[in-house]
Amino acid sequence: MKTDDLIRALTADSGHELPINRIIAMRLVPGVILAVCVYSAVLGLRPHLLTAIESDLRVFFKIGLMVLLVCLVAPLALRLARPGSKWRGAALSLTCVPVLLLAAAGIELFTFPPGDWGSRLMGHNALICVMSIPLLAFGPLAALLWGMRDGAPAQPALAGAVAGLFAGAIGAALYATHCPDDSPLFVVTWYVLGMAIVTAAGSVIGARLLRW
Amino acid sequence: MRSQDREQKWSALMRAANAGDQNSYRQLLRELTPVLRAVARRGLSAGGYAAMDAEDVVQETLLAIHLKRQTWDLGSPFSPWLWAIVRHKTIDALRRRGRKIHVPIDDFAEILGNEESEPTMIVEDIDRHLKTLPDRQRDVVKIIAVDGASIGEAAERLAMSAGAVRVALHRGLAALAAKFRMSEQ
Repeated sequence: MKTDDLIRALTADSGHELPINRIIAMRLVPGVILAVCVYSAVLGLRPHLLTAIESDLRVFFKIGLMVLLVCLVAPLALRLARPGSKWRGAALSLTCVPVLLLAAAGIELFTFPPGDWGSRLMGHNALICVMSIPLLAFGPLAALLWGMRDGAPAQPALAGAVAGLFAGAIGAALYATHCPDDSPLFVVTWYVLGMAIVTAAGSVIGARLLRW
Repeated sequence: MRSQDREQKWSALMRAANAGDQNSYRQLLRELTPVLRAVARRGLSAGGYAAMDAEDVVQETLLAIHLKRQTWDLGSPFSPWLWAIVRHKTIDALRRRGRKIHVPIDDFAEILGNEESEPTMIVEDIDRHLKTLPDRQRDVVKIIAVDGASIGEAAERLAMSAGAVRVALHRGLAALAAKFRMSEQ
């Protein structure tokens, strides 16, 4: 088949295509719904969440930070799905999340005597936290990778890792509304570990699945 | 043609193509082909391979441009998008030929005005891959590509509905791209 023949076939196959951002957004919907269903079935809101948010800034901080992370990772993931798009600025904007988290952990260390640090870091539910975040992230990760497959990520492993971070952040944001451990020391350890697991999984899967 | 003019022209053609104008799309792909050919030839000869194989790389890249066209954002410039795809597919095709290879061109600027256009080389891969497609997809792709049939004519000849022909054509092209990707040279 000559190249001109191929072009004829490609032309016949052309027509209106949904933009990739729209495709990814549509595919994310069922993944996020799945995460919310799993959350409702297994975890659920902590009792007196609103009172807790009002009475302790830490509760507001941990939920707000995870929501901020979701909002910052989403545009990065969309950019990485498109070849030739500028993504480094979006990646740089993510650094504000660890900066805020480390600052909060530092304030926590100042506020409490060293004898309390261990118990605040370990909390009540460390293992559940580390397991819940990947569990909640499963649906969004599968959905985002599925959407990104229609994209053309120039770096499949990186795109997969960012998909994992996005899904992990959704899992962490949901989990934050359940978890009774509010210390930034707990968040910086166990939330981060939970999200790191999802990010690593996304990277490994993405390296294979997102090749084109 | 200056690169700015080229950028404007290609963007306009691609926008028209996205809106359903097949003539613009055909014209765009035809204009891209010599550029892709020059990139592939340079990459192959830098890697110590015969430039004869370049047309296989050109066809694989055209397939990728086509199947990934929804990843071009209408508001952003066309050339960086195109270049990222060309670069990715060229490196990929060369890597499959055995070596990790640096594509010795940084952007289209070096290619401009330096295009070799005549397709003198042999095409092998696509015909080999075409043979391994499911019958329906292969027949549809062949009738439309080689015989130059329209969707409607292909539907009549194969006693299929026009919708089924469209689906088979799209799946066939996607399968061809996958065969290129999986093939070991």
